[in-house]
Amino acid sequence: MIVADQKPIEEILEILAPYKRVLFLGCQSCVAVCMAGGEKEVGLLAAAVRLARAKSGAPIEIAEGAAKRQCDDEFNEPFGPVIQQQEAVLSLACGVGVNKLAERFAIPILPALNTRFFGKVERQGIWKEVCAGCGDCILHLTGGICPIARCAKNLLNGPCGGVRADGTCEVKRDWPCAWVQIIQRLEELGQLERLLSTRMAAKDWSSDRHGGPRRRVREDMLLEA
Amino acid sequence: MNNGFESKIVAFCCHYCAFAAADLAGVLRLKYPPDLRIIRLPCTGKLDTLFLLKAFEKGADGVLVAGCLEGSCHFISGNLRAKKRVLAVKNLLERLGIEKERLEFFNLSSAQGERFAQIAREMTERIAKLGPLRSSGRCPYDRG
Amino acid sequence: MESNLQRALEAKRFAITAECGPPKSADRKVIEEKAQLLKDWVDSVNVTDNQTAVTRMSSLAACTILKSLNLDPVFQLTCRDRNRIALQSDILGAHALGIRNILCLTGDHHSAGNHPQAKGVFDLDSVHLIETVRKMRDEGLFLSGDKLEGERPMVFIGAVENPFALPYEFRALRLKKKIEAGAQFIQTQIVYNIARFREFMARAGDLGLLDRVYILAGVSPIKTPGAAKYMRDNVPGMDVPNEIVARMESAGKGLEDKKARAQAWRQEGIRICVEIVQQLREIQGVAGVHIMAIEWEEAVPEIVTQAGLKAP
Repeated sequence: MIVADQKPIEEILEILAPYKRVLFLGCQSCVAVCMAGGEKEVGLLAAAVRLARAKSGAPIEIAEGAAKRQCDDEFNEPFGPVIQQQEAVLSLACGVGVNKLAERFAIPILPALNTRFFGKVERQGIWKEVCAGCGDCILHLTGGICPIARCAKNLLNGPCGGVRADGTCEVKRDWPCAWVQIIQRLEELGQLERLLSTRMAAKDWSSDRHGGPRRRVREDMLLEA
Repeated sequence: MNNGFESKIVAFCCHYCAFAAADLAGVLRLKYPPDLRIIRLPCTGKLDTLFLLKAFEKGADGVLVAGCLEGSCHFISGNLRAKKRVLAVKNLLERLGIEKERLEFFNLSSAQGERFAQIAREMTERIAKLGPLRSSGRCPYDRG
Repeated sequence: MESNLQRALEAKRFAITAECGPPKSADRKVIEEKAQLLKDWVDSVNVTDNQTAVTRMSSLAACTILKSLNLDPVFQLTCRDRNRIALQSDILGAHALGIRNILCLTGDHHSAGNHPQAKGVFDLDSVHLIETVRKMRDEGLFLSGDKLEGERPMVFIGAVENPFALPYEFRALRLKKKIEAGAQFIQTQIVYNIARFREFMARAGDLGLLDRVYILAGVSPIKTPGAAKYMRDNVPGMDVPNEIVARMESAGKGLEDKKARAQAWRQEGIRICVEIVQQLREIQGVAGVHIMAIEWEEAVPEIVTQAGLKAP
């Protein structure tokens, strides 16, 4: 899932300062699951902002809503009439939702979140990055553990010399070394020999965002001829 | 004592302790200020942070949450979780420019009728000192 | 062959390399002074590349200054700050400036340096970098397969390995990968735990690596008991046994005078270092030592003479 953080309330108040009528629009997809921008967080944030604005003598009128998925126009469409009446929309979706609303509606669309990473739930309240979306997956070679996302140095021939005595990373103290994990996992799978006998070649980063903005086309799904 | 206004204080009380203590205070005919509006929760663990914000938004000048003594929660750890949520909202209030003292968490048992009355007096005095949350009139967005 | 280090190693002389950290300034005198301290005592001098990710004078520039003073520099090149375009460009430039040794590293992560806000590069890892240098030198090709036009970078290729980091059994295998990629000499992490180093060398021997590469064991004199403890407790990938910390502590015991105590510590630090060098010499496959006397270059001549590596 896409993991995001809510921006600090001070920053959100600053972003909203010029506006008096705003729709707070959440997204019930990834950011709802990671407790950053779902219906629940819309309610909390709206209440907080109303309180602060009333207190500061500049009240704000907030409409609240949450789209099923803000990255799809069809789910945003029902909010069209409400959006027409606003000065701005504060989107609690990931950056994709903000971009999507901005291309559809002609009023300012403001971000309430900092979109962080593709992550997994570690346990309640903790999420960790496990995929970097590099566009050229090698997880079949590394026992399902991604060194691009989970090694601070993106090593393909790790581990580096900075592994701590307890097997954690020198860069992130509470983060297990991805390469120590990969070696353990491949050993369990009986596939360590393959790792030992081959050097992984330098990565082609052109499929990553280093190759410029990315686009996916599925010809067979295109509606026009 | 009321500093010229009758404050509105919402008290979220656990069914197993604070709510029973409030009942006991009544049975014992203990006097405490009428500013409190008591809302019974099955456990303070049920407390949602949105309840706290909504209470302030809807006109409360103060909010208190009263749960069981630590280690005595009927649902093991509901009171501990509630306490963490209250702390988080206190921190948020401060960042919103609202005195965090308007919100407080208390622990007590069902046998402490007098303690309940004392909490009510303490909280009412505290809010009286702080004054109303909104300086004048009706909150512009308060439709209720 | 223009690499002094390669010449010494191929002549089976026990090689000595030292380290020169460039300054946090544009002052070339710092390099010149360090060169003076080291030049009569070592075969080659490594120049660190923004070590610990703290911004300093360019490694390539400092190497060039050393070269102009007739020292044989080892150009440390990390993947942290350069993508494959910049790395290959610096490899070509190094040869053109007369530098004949390149040590290929991934580099310390920038999060602990003085610009944690930086965008880390890590386009290649150290193994890829070794392979890239070898390909440019031996095949006249860039990493992409594009052809070099004209002179190739004729450098002696080095790499590092840390016998003291987990997983221990894997370290000799990783060494093998680096050798197969093209590494000709290896400089290891600082050795304080001789027993573990012996195990590493034995494994390397079992894999048949000792005839295929020159291994220079890293050593470093300790200045104070505090430094020993810090390395033991806080530096990932360092293995400082308690006996060494205890020896440093007892060296200063009973000395009230601060200067005398510091002096006693330094003497003990050098003594420990010399003993380690002597033990390392006895281990099969150790072709030399790499002395990392960080900001204490004066210690190098003492270590070299006391260990009997060179007459004073």
